[in-house]
Amino acid sequence: MHHHRYETVIIGAGLAGMRAALEAQAAGSCCVLTKVFPTRSHSGAAQGGIAASLGNAAVDGWEAHLFDTVKGSDYLADQDAAEILVKEAPRAIVELEHMGVPFSRTDDGRIAQRAFGGHSSPRACYAADLTGHVILHTLYERCLRRAVAFHSEYLVLSLLVEGDRCAGVVAMDLLTGGLHLFEARAVVFATGGYGRAFKITSNAHANTGDGLSMVYRAGLPIEDMEFVQFHPTGFYPSGILVTEGARGEGAYILNAAGERLMKRYAPDRMELAPRDVTSRAIQTEIDAGRGIGGGAYVHLDLRHLGAEKIRKRLPQILDLAMRFSAVDALKSPIPIQPTAHYSMGGIPTDNDGRVRVDAGGGTMKGLYACGECACVSVHGANRLGCNSLLEAVVFGRRAGLAVCADLPSLGRAEAPPRGAEAVEKELAAFLDRRGTESLSAIRDELQEGMQRNCGIFRSEKPLGAQLDAVRGLQERFTRVPLSDRGRRFNTELVELLELRSLLDFAEVIVAGALARRESRGAHSRTDFPARDDAGWLAHSFARRGPDGPAFDYAPVRITRHRPKERTY
Amino acid sequence: MTESLGGYSFKVFRYDPDKGPRHRYDTFELEVERGMTVLDCLQRIKATLDGTLTFRRSCRSAICGSCAMNINGKNDLACHLQVAGLTGRRVTVDPLPGYPVIKDLVVDMEEFYRSIEKVMPWLVRTSPFPDRELPQSPEERDRIDLAVNCILCGSCTSSCPSFWFNPDYLAPGALLKAFRFVFDSRDEAGAERLALVDGPRGVWRCRTIFNCEEACPKLLRPNEAIAALKREILKRSV
Repeated sequence: MHHHRYETVIIGAGLAGMRAALEAQAAGSCCVLTKVFPTRSHSGAAQGGIAASLGNAAVDGWEAHLFDTVKGSDYLADQDAAEILVKEAPRAIVELEHMGVPFSRTDDGRIAQRAFGGHSSPRACYAADLTGHVILHTLYERCLRRAVAFHSEYLVLSLLVEGDRCAGVVAMDLLTGGLHLFEARAVVFATGGYGRAFKITSNAHANTGDGLSMVYRAGLPIEDMEFVQFHPTGFYPSGILVTEGARGEGAYILNAAGERLMKRYAPDRMELAPRDVTSRAIQTEIDAGRGIGGGAYVHLDLRHLGAEKIRKRLPQILDLAMRFSAVDALKSPIPIQPTAHYSMGGIPTDNDGRVRVDAGGGTMKGLYACGECACVSVHGANRLGCNSLLEAVVFGRRAGLAVCADLPSLGRAEAPPRGAEAVEKELAAFLDRRGTESLSAIRDELQEGMQRNCGIFRSEKPLGAQLDAVRGLQERFTRVPLSDRGRRFNTELVELLELRSLLDFAEVIVAGALARRESRGAHSRTDFPARDDAGWLAHSFARRGPDGPAFDYAPVRITRHRPKERTY
Repeated sequence: MTESLGGYSFKVFRYDPDKGPRHRYDTFELEVERGMTVLDCLQRIKATLDGTLTFRRSCRSAICGSCAMNINGKNDLACHLQVAGLTGRRVTVDPLPGYPVIKDLVVDMEEFYRSIEKVMPWLVRTSPFPDRELPQSPEERDRIDLAVNCILCGSCTSSCPSFWFNPDYLAPGALLKAFRFVFDSRDEAGAERLALVDGPRGVWRCRTIFNCEEACPKLLRPNEAIAALKREILKRSV
């Protein structure tokens, strides 16, 4: 096994990981491990915008952004964290622009901002409908300028914890199948989301929650996993994202009768209600038989925006609609369905990215997390659009700064050789597996089951059935053989390890959803349809136990906004 | 609900140096439904017929650039090519030409990534920054619109015969990246960057063959970018 020693190792090269690297570099040797080449990271698929109260399009202020975020979170967001997010936003956007991000511009040369769901003022700074892409590439270019070390196509397999501190990670170099032990004084997780637990998702194939699973398997808790965001507008049938920015530009959501269906569910905000409200609206219409042709989709109509605006502001959507749904969006409405999109939950951290080890708030030495894989919590039970790109750069920077601040006093643990050897044995065992189960069949069953039983609308029986189903699949997983037993670029092995991750945290999502007997934000229980602040204004912390996840709860940090009724 | 398009034959390039020095082609027969892309088919082959088939993919929505390969003789992203749109029922899939093959459809992209690094691909400014965003008009922003959309898939450089014959030619991908910065109104290192792309390994190696324009899955026209760089070099040399 190859040995490396770094001051800081960052896992993940999306927005959060690269932003953290740009800071952590200052504190000493630093490298980024990523299972895909950095610009392949899914941050690049974000389309609509990044939020900040710059006030370029209309009067705005951080106070409004904060309230929108807290209300959008259905009052589960930790308000001190959300306040940091919104206060740092303008500075973060200007910093990105100074790095070179090519934002779209207003006529007077400022960064253009559009309306977005749940935001009371147009504050989504955008680059046509490729905002994530331009920020991702600019950060990568900045990392090139600063000679950030990347180990690309390295799959991190295991987190090494020794006593009360993190000691490093073990990763597999995909090219050769060789194992690498990275000893580090600080490890930063920036591993993104887990959409691939569901059948219909906007997420890349790579989004399999490996970081979450690794932390969970290391005995640490993961937070608020029951809160899964279903984005209202994925293409039908692929689930590929259609940005909320389309609605920000004025698009309508129509049912089979040609009605703007949001009138029934959010008469004030209409198509620009927050995502959980909108996805539930669409799903309700579909379930009531008002989908197009009685089918499982409705329409997103862009036509009235006019060809010029569509070509200028939504060019990617135009291209995707034609290629993936065979629709000319200039002439016909786009078929859309809700699609699993974002994970509000994740690795619990303090406001500077230090990983919490329990609901009480103690943190682990040398371990950090930022971006979608982390739960600070700024999004609570539902995330507003454009707040995720923002979270990634704001908290990626903060985690990097925290590493710099902490390193002088962090000692170094000797990574226990047992930890690394165990990974070697485990890998060899995987490659040698026999059995009669099918990797893809188990994966399909998991994704279909999660979609059906743990989707937008949940209730006790299907959740209970899904929990059993996941456990059954975990057992069957042990009998999945590999056809590719080679070490060289073994993507079948990668898919197997990714499936293991999916099975790990899917159990936590379902168990968390079963345990939370209320509806809040994106978690909607038809058997407990009301929000229950008295009983459930709390974050869940799931820790792996012998019989599945065991839950602990911690109160939400409320500073300025007492929970109120949430209507749009 | 999904319409069947019938049976297709996929002839796929296979190579694993750990198993032998020669490559071969495997043919897979697959029932294809309307709406399936070439990538969907490769994934189905891997899942149900041959788990050793190896290729890169991630977003499946034509933005990450992972799945660029040579399909029926043309470079493109496998994830956005509808099988229903292809001619005939035989699909040939090869790795991107011009790069060493690691395994099956996976090529070593390191040289491509290095070529990008050679053009100083980051914004350079020595003037002080204002407190707010640097001003840029919509027209100035439009100038670099196509270049900014590049997803680094490598289809262009891989399709360039000039690159095949001169592997140290910067080639369309890197030159498009150079254009992106030279013509960004906020950048102040135009002269320096033009010097990097001037010379026999830079823009002058472009023979206006136009394979790059044909290959680009995002319709970005690197050839026009290279022409603009040539014109700019000439303009400044007078």
